[in-house]
Amino acid sequence: MKQVSVFIENRAGKLAAVTELLAENKVNLKALSIGDSVEYGILRIVTDELDVAVKVLSENGYLAKVTDVLVVKTEDKVGSLAKIMAAFGDKIDVAYAYAFASSEPGVALMVFRVGDNEKAIEVLRAAGIHATL
Amino acid sequence: MNYYQPEIETASRAELQKIQLEKLQKQVARVYQNVEYYRAKMDAAGVKPEDIKTLEDLSKLPFLSKDDLRDAYPFGMLGAPLKDCVRIQSTSGTTGKRVIAFYTQNDLNLWGDCCARAVVAAGGTNLDVVQVCYGYGLFTGGQGLDMGSTKAGCMVLPMSSGNTERQLQFMRDLNATILCCTPSYALYLADTAIETGVIDQLKLKSGIFGAEAWTEEMRKAIEAKLGIKAYDIYGLTELSGPGVAFECSEQGGMHINEDHFIAEIVDPKTDAVLPYGERGELVLTAVDKEGFPMLRYRTHDICVLNPTPCKCGRTHIRMSKPLGRSDDMLIIRGVNVFPSQIETVLIEQGYMPNYRIELDRVNNTDTFDVYVEMDPEQFSDTVKVVAAKEKELAQAMKTMLGINPKVHLVAPKTIERSEGKAVRVIDKRKLH
Repeated sequence: MKQVSVFIENRAGKLAAVTELLAENKVNLKALSIGDSVEYGILRIVTDELDVAVKVLSENGYLAKVTDVLVVKTEDKVGSLAKIMAAFGDKIDVAYAYAFASSEPGVALMVFRVGDNEKAIEVLRAAGIHATL
Repeated sequence: MNYYQPEIETASRAELQKIQLEKLQKQVARVYQNVEYYRAKMDAAGVKPEDIKTLEDLSKLPFLSKDDLRDAYPFGMLGAPLKDCVRIQSTSGTTGKRVIAFYTQNDLNLWGDCCARAVVAAGGTNLDVVQVCYGYGLFTGGQGLDMGSTKAGCMVLPMSSGNTERQLQFMRDLNATILCCTPSYALYLADTAIETGVIDQLKLKSGIFGAEAWTEEMRKAIEAKLGIKAYDIYGLTELSGPGVAFECSEQGGMHINEDHFIAEIVDPKTDAVLPYGERGELVLTAVDKEGFPMLRYRTHDICVLNPTPCKCGRTHIRMSKPLGRSDDMLIIRGVNVFPSQIETVLIEQGYMPNYRIELDRVNNTDTFDVYVEMDPEQFSDTVKVVAAKEKELAQAMKTMLGINPKVHLVAPKTIERSEGKAVRVIDKRKLH
């Protein structure tokens, strides 16, 4: 799946400005996470309106970047994430991850940003876990 | 090898120094007699013309600065009667200190010679067509290269600046072979010529570029895009104009026309004369200028003088490209830092030179922060990668400067600009 990330200064009001801009342009956020350092944050979002999001962000002077991320489908129960991480082991380097709202009951969706998507899918498949790009 | 005045351009060092001393002694005597403003400075320093017995004695003379020229504006530095002056040129006065320089016929003649040496070094012959797109008028660029090209026997296209479409039309229709303009305009012309397809119809072989700071990266870009060899030229209105120094085909520094200008390097803080090879402020003495005679003029350009013999056969010492301005120099943790050095690192590392330096003093130690705007290619969705890029830039700056800055990558257009020009340095240390 494709995710768009946005560079945001770590200052009051900056995140509001971005979310407002996205709302004005009818971009619905299906999932998001914010990675932060002292000076800046990186907002990552998953949306069906990816092209619109990238366009309005770039036009308004934001740094926006589209990245392929891994979506892992798993059971919504204790130990599911542990199972995924165990499958990754020391083979897959995870930069960040966040959860995803699922409309299917009993199903949990996770977004993973890993170094090697293909290899990650392979190790998960070997562990009986469903993952797609 | 081609020289315009081979005898003097390849004269032995001893011969050159003999010429310099003779001219210097005569010049100091003439200035002492004719220029009241400078005579007062010499008297205050307790030095008389007859004290100049060797070239080293030059250091006894007082400096001249842009402030002096402002004080003496407009006629106070005249070295010849006005009836003998035939022309003026002027600086843009953007810093609020307009300089008016006067020229006698002899001054124009010698200035033309200096520029002709540059044109011939760039391959100019009577078969060449030189397109001069430096401004004509008060600015020295157009006048200097025009005279130099004419003296070298080339045919001159006196285009002056602007009107890119017309520039390219003349360049193509008249088969211009040598281009004279600012390096940034050369790049603009190149891009336009490529876009419009005119590039394939051009006959350019070389270009003489100056009047603004440019980097080796810009040189490579100009040379690749136009398919020419790009030569640097140096000068300033106070010292006639372009042609104080020029590059030869070795492209390893600019030969200073030492039979007309004596160059010194001084420490901008202590004013002490530094040996060749040391980095410092260039101080120039014009030994035969009549209308506007400058003795020990502080250029504020920071550079290095290289006295080693050049493969081109010229014996005149070479100056490096100005590495910065002494008035821009920052002293951070005791180390001299020029904003232009930061700029060089950014360009080398693939960043746009949009940056801001912030200095402060915390616990008696200077803090040194550099904010740099990223473009979309440099942005990453992971904090780790952005942090790694900051570290990489800091390391490259440390290699260049000798001290470690803290680099902060920021979003585009977040560095404040006043009237379109970025504010490069915020020094909070001055506040207390």
